[in-house]
Order: sequence, then C-alpha cells, then structure tokens
Amino acid sequence: MNTDGHRLSQESKIQNPKSKIGMSLRLCGLLIFLLLVTLVIAALLGSEKLSFFELNEQQKAILFDIRLPRILLGACVGASLALAGASLQSLLRNPLAEPYLLGVSNGAALGTMLAFVFFAQFEFARPVMAFVGASLATFVVYQMAKSHAGMNVERLVLSGVIVTTFLSSIIVLLTSLLDAAKLRSFTFWLLGDLSQATKNGFYLSFAAVIIGTIVLMRNARALNLMMIGERDAFDFGVEVNKTRLAVFATSSLLVGTAVAASGSVGYVGLIVPHLVRLAIGSDNRLVIPFSALAGAIFVVSADTVARVAIAPRELPVGAITALIGAPLFIYLLRKS
Amino acid sequence: MLKVQDITIGYGVCEVVKNITFTLQNGEILAIVGANGAGKTTLLRALNGTLPLMKGEILLDGKKLKDYSRREIAQKIAAVAQENETKFPITVLEFVLSGRFAHGTAFGWETTGDLQIAENALQMCDLANYENRLMNQLSGGERQRIILARALATQAKILLLDEPTTNLDLAHQAMMFRLVRERCKSGESSAIIITHDLNLASAFADEILLLKNGEMIAKGKPEKVLSASNLREIFDVEILLDAHPKSGKPRITMDYGKVRSS
Repeated sequence: MNTDGHRLSQESKIQNPKSKIGMSLRLCGLLIFLLLVTLVIAALLGSEKLSFFELNEQQKAILFDIRLPRILLGACVGASLALAGASLQSLLRNPLAEPYLLGVSNGAALGTMLAFVFFAQFEFARPVMAFVGASLATFVVYQMAKSHAGMNVERLVLSGVIVTTFLSSIIVLLTSLLDAAKLRSFTFWLLGDLSQATKNGFYLSFAAVIIGTIVLMRNARALNLMMIGERDAFDFGVEVNKTRLAVFATSSLLVGTAVAASGSVGYVGLIVPHLVRLAIGSDNRLVIPFSALAGAIFVVSADTVARVAIAPRELPVGAITALIGAPLFIYLLRKS
Repeated sequence: MLKVQDITIGYGVCEVVKNITFTLQNGEILAIVGANGAGKTTLLRALNGTLPLMKGEILLDGKKLKDYSRREIAQKIAAVAQENETKFPITVLEFVLSGRFAHGTAFGWETTGDLQIAENALQMCDLANYENRLMNQLSGGERQRIILARALATQAKILLLDEPTTNLDLAHQAMMFRLVRERCKSGESSAIIITHDLNLASAFADEILLLKNGEMIAKGKPEKVLSASNLREIFDVEILLDAHPKSGKPRITMDYGKVRSS
C-alpha cells in the first residue's frame, strides 16, 4: 500500500508521543485556519454575491439571517457526522461503518418525520425523536450484526442495508400523509439539505458537537484498544460495555441533531475519517478532533457547491457528498 | 498470588471446566496441557475475569477477583491470546503502548515512562526498530512477539499465555520461554501457559496441570505428571519417555507406529 509507505517515511522520526502532540497541534491550527477561510468564502458566495467590505441592509439580512445560520449549521452537521463515523468505525472495528450506511441516519429521519407529522407544534420534538430513532436503529443494527464469531465487515454492512431499506419504506408510507407543497421540500430534506437552516437548529447542533467531542475524547484511548479487538480491550482494562454505550449514545445524539436539522447527508462519516487516518494514522485521540474539523470543512464546501453550481436553483448537499462517497465506499469494500 | 478454589466455568447450562483448584505462587510457571477441546482456553479466560464462574472463587492477592475493577485486573494480569487482525493502520509502538492503558487515564497521553517501558519490551522480544512499522504488514510470528511485548509492557504480576509459540520459529520459541522464565525467576511475575509442546512444558514449567474433558486429572512437577500412562489417557497415543540428556527432565517422543485406534 502506497499510502502507508508514505506515512512511514513521514513518521519515522517520531519517537515520542509528546512530539506527536506538537505536530498535531500545528496541523490542528492549520485545519482551524482552513475552516475559517472556508466559512468566509462560503459566506460570500451564493446566488446573491456579497462583497467583503460594503453591504446594504438587504444584503446584511441575507448574510446574517439566511446564509450564516446555514453555513454554521453545515459546519456542525459535518463535524457531527464525521465524529459519529470515526467513533463507530473504531468501536465496530470496521472502516465502512457510517451513520448513513448503517441506517442510523434513516432512524433519525423517521423519528424527525414522526415528530413532524404528530407533534408539529413542538419544534424541539424533532431532534428528540431523531435521537430516539437513531438510538433504536443503532441498537437493532448492532444486534443483527453481532454473532458468536464476532462481527465481520459484510455482516455489518448487510444489516445496515436491511435496516435502511426497511426504514425507508416506512418513511415513504408516511410521506403519503403530506400535501404536494410539503412533499418537495421534504424529499430534498431526506436527501440531505441545509436550505431550511435556522438559528435554533444551529445552536442545538453546536451544543451536540461540543458535548459529543468531549465524551468521545474521554473515550478516545479506550477506542484505540477497541479498534484492535474487543477482547484485547477487555483484557487490557477497558470497560467494554461502558465504552460501547457511551459511543452509541453520543453518535446517536450527533446524528439525531444533524438529521433533524438537515436530513440524511450521506457518506460524510465515511470519507472524512478515512482521509484523516491516511494523513495522521489511527490514533483516535487525533482522529476524533481532526475528523470534526475536516468534516465541518467538507460539508460547508459541499454545500457551497450545492448552492452555487446551478444558481439560482439549488441542489441538496447530500447529493454532492454521495457523489464523492459512493465510489470511495466501493474502493474501501474491495480493499477489505 | 492467584488462588483458584474449586471453580466451574461454562456457557449456559453446559459445564466446560469443572471443579478446578490450584494455587499459582509468585514466580511460578504453570503449564496447562490437554487435548483440543479439553477446556484449556476457557480456564485461562476465566482467570482474568473474562468468563464468569458458575461455581467457586478466584482470589487475586487475597481479594476476590470479581471485587476488582477491569483496570485493576489489567494492572495485575496480562493476557497473551491469539490475535485477530485489525483493518486499521496501527503502528507497532501504538499497539504495545495500548498495554499501558490500565496505568494511565482514559484520555491523555502516554508518559515518557510508558514509552521507555514499551521500548524495553520491544527490545526484549527482539523487535528493536519495529516501532513505526504497521501491524497489518507483519508476519504471524512477528505479530505474536509484539503481542508478548504488549503483555510485558503492562508489567503485570501474572502472565496468561495461550499457545504463545504457535507461529514462532525455534529460536524465537526458545527466546519467549527464556524471557518468561527469567521474569519469573527474578520474581517479577508468574505465568500460566497453555501449550501443545510437551517438551517445552517439561523444560520450562515448574508445575504442569493436565486437563481432560474439563477436569483436572493431575497436577505437579513435570517428572511426576508427564508419565506414559497420563499422556496415554489424555491424548490417546503411545509415547516414548526418557530423560533429557542435559536437564534430566522428562523427554517425550511420539511413537507414531503405535497410534491407538480406539
């Protein structure tokens, strides 16, 4: 493997974990800088081009009430999905684990939809139900994929496919309850769409990202051992059940809030952690924060493309991420 | 010190290992010998709390095993099991440092002390300069030595080794047993080893425990336990028994011509 060889030569001088921290802090700074640049560019681009220096009242309104909430929400959604993907992959020892492919996103989508149909007057019901849906889907997929012989790659992916299609069919049945006007925006939302971003949606998603990052970082070293093997982790002092519960709950929270706000943006949790591991290796204490930053950059960029590509009309951002993600998935599946 | 008192282990209602009692003194090497399916691995897995007991008690330094936390057990007992391959690019150093998990915080980084210990362990296992190689690019034998290095890096008082030499060449088999024996002689640790190599067991173990169908049929010094009748009972084969020309310990040779039919 070429990429690994590249990594070897890069790291051959690194002996001390502390020097690894130093290098990581510099890289982390670089990513934060890149994220800021991406956010600024995304804010200026769009069907209404904005200048950096002078804005009239109408343009200010566009920037602060429409564009910024959307961009910032996109950053949080990207961070959430990448965090969920990175942690689920380590926990399940499977580089193909991803909230969208495992059916977790669809669980959240069904939860959101049920809240939308039955509790339309409560805005907060959507993220709560999305979290419940994501948790249930995670639990079901995990139980299906688990066996005495452990969990192999194919079994997990297949379980994800089954849960995804099952939930999709329920979602389609539910859409028959919607009127034609709602249906189009709903179809967009299902594919992953940031155009209905609200400030509240951003605040909630941001809170979830902060909480999620803290919980996952606290479990990062345990996840390093889980990545080697569940039995190894147990032997060497990891409370396996506690770690698994923490990661499942956190990823459900992250996916739930992300999906409630923006639908099922797919493949972010697959692409981003994969690229991060190629660049810096598998240590979750680095992979987790780096995935959050890179995920934010990725989704904000993809959403900018979605807004600009066929302006003044828009694409759902999920279509862009899937366009990149699906081929990568096939490549990874063939490799494993 | 590990005290095993009349333990029974099983899955569901099926008892796999029955009524085992023994004590592992500090510095002692105990070999568990038995046919496939005799319950050797099940017994070993119970000794660090992986499998629950149906009956009996295990005392670790005088305290019940189940009263310890996972982390505390991992500080005192290290396991060397057959590994499963990982799909992620993990370096050898990262792998060995994972053995220091129980000595650090869940988050946070390994200290330079941890690093020193890991590098010493690698050196002892003839793996100097392997730090930055990737686990999934190494041979089975190399990986097996790295797994031993990880166990040594825990600095645990008790080593549980499940067929630690299956993939090793002769030189590294000898290295592994010398390493374990030196650690035990110096009192740093004691060890329980599952092995199918009767001559290695004879040469290196202080005591041998014979297991048949989950029951202990003999335990004691190699000279006493490795008798022709015991081995015939366990493995259902004829063996030739004499003394090792140098150490005087029992030497076992298969008599292939006389494999018993029933």
